[in-house]
Amino acid sequence: MAKQSDINELKKIAQEIRIEIVKMLNCAGSGHTGGSLSMVELLVGLYFYKFKCDPVKPLCNTRDIFVLSKGHGCPALYAVLARMNFFSKEELCTLRKVGTRLQGHPQRGLPGVEISSGSLGQGLSIANGFALGARLNKDSKRIYCLMGDGELDEGQVWEAALTSAHYKLDNVCGIIDYNKFQIDGRVEDIKGLEPLKAKWQAFGWEVFEIDGHDVKEVTEAYDKAEKIKGKPSMVLAHTVKGKGVSFFENKNKYHGTAPNKEELEKAIKELEMEK
Amino acid sequence: MEIKMKATRDGFGEGLVELGQKRDDIVVLSADLTESTRAAWFKEKFPERFFSMGVSEQDMMGTAAGLALSGKVAFACTFGAFAAGRAWDQVRVSLAYMKTNVKIVGTHGGISVGEDGPTHQANEELALMRILPNMTVIIPCDAMEAKKATIASASYPGPVYLRLGRSGVPGVTKEEDVFQIGKASLLKDGKDVAIIACGVEVYEALCASESLKKENISARVINLHTIKPIDKDIIIKAAKETGAIVTAEEHTIMGGMGSAVSEVVSQNLPVPMEFVGVKDRFGESGDPKELFKLFGLTADDIVKAAKKAIARKNA
Repeated sequence: MAKQSDINELKKIAQEIRIEIVKMLNCAGSGHTGGSLSMVELLVGLYFYKFKCDPVKPLCNTRDIFVLSKGHGCPALYAVLARMNFFSKEELCTLRKVGTRLQGHPQRGLPGVEISSGSLGQGLSIANGFALGARLNKDSKRIYCLMGDGELDEGQVWEAALTSAHYKLDNVCGIIDYNKFQIDGRVEDIKGLEPLKAKWQAFGWEVFEIDGHDVKEVTEAYDKAEKIKGKPSMVLAHTVKGKGVSFFENKNKYHGTAPNKEELEKAIKELEMEK
Repeated sequence: MEIKMKATRDGFGEGLVELGQKRDDIVVLSADLTESTRAAWFKEKFPERFFSMGVSEQDMMGTAAGLALSGKVAFACTFGAFAAGRAWDQVRVSLAYMKTNVKIVGTHGGISVGEDGPTHQANEELALMRILPNMTVIIPCDAMEAKKATIASASYPGPVYLRLGRSGVPGVTKEEDVFQIGKASLLKDGKDVAIIACGVEVYEALCASESLKKENISARVINLHTIKPIDKDIIIKAAKETGAIVTAEEHTIMGGMGSAVSEVVSQNLPVPMEFVGVKDRFGESGDPKELFKLFGLTADDIVKAAKKAIARKNA
């Protein structure tokens, strides 16, 4: 369990990551603001608390695996990886520019990035493959897979959900960034997902429903998931799209729009105040 | 002399078992077509390394990618129509883009599937696979070659598409013949026309060359078992030395092997080309032999195409 001092530190890191995200997106001039900001605590609670990895040896056998299935949220992952020294913070500003390793959607090859993603719905299957591979290799690593809510419209996600349960992949921990929006609008208007918790339960998963911005709840969920045996776990995290910046929150315009200079300054001011 | 018939999927099944015995890192996945694809032969011997994926081709490709990223060589087995059709985006992103070490096994290629009809007859998948960067595309011509191709693909880095057939085909290659991915084999030399074939059409091409010989036409026969990476040298040499090319494939003539050959020919040494293959249409149910006649894929059709190519050369 995370100590209160750790929780406070994680909260601070989350805000700093958010500042990096908005800076990076402004630098790129395009990208997915809303969905990057909504997943920050889910990443911070994992990477800075639970996750086994070695930035010096990013492909070491003892590492845990993080699969970013909602590839468009990569600015958040890049900011986290840079902070952990998988690569330099200076590289963040190359996001989406010609010749960069920081592609608009993640590309395997950048240290810390396990899979190329961007075409939605593919991550959980790959996570299952990693989990089966770990089992064959008699390796105790855990496999985390972060998905978006809009992404759950993809049929492949549910094919994979059956697979995880069928093979009793208790080394798989899914995470849903349930920010209630997809590009076209509110999830409930575009293609409703509810009752979402019951769906995953019916598919044979242990589900932990949490506030995805409460770092304590996030870390506790990862701790609990690790103890579940014989079935996969899902952290169903209620989040706010654009979280942390008042004029981005729940504004779907910022699904795929980067902050301009003026918006960036205002955003940083707000984020600094919350630190 | 009676010719021994054996399906390429059977050669694959044998190759897979041999691989399983030799290598611990071989894993096999099947999308509910375990018996049909011959993945069952591996499953029987190595159940702990076999994964049943149900009727979920997309999920199978992703799972195979994850296993490959864990250090395994994953063979993902289904019918060609579903491997390329249903799961193309997964093949594109999770396999080709990431260069994962997954070997896609697409059985039931072409109209030789027969009675099951158009939904199950893959006549388009070579094109779909060929256009993907990092993808290797192999079509063995007989069971022996299929076995060798299976074994070779396991040691070949990155994603490979292996196109196999359901029906028995005549043995064309011998045990001692060398199979090398990307290196076509010259089966018969000739100077008037070159017939470049793949899969079951290799046998038809050999029969065609025999018929042409009776008419004093000397036809070269090339088995282009690897469409990608393509053996440019053998194609350019054939264009130079024969001046007329016929391609023969059990696949639509749009975008498949013939197109791949014409890309090489047109950019290096343009000569008249004729294409034997499926002509922009879906397959249909029926006896494979009758279908080959109906779709114009027989040795006689190759003979006609060869004469046409030669006539154009001499015009």
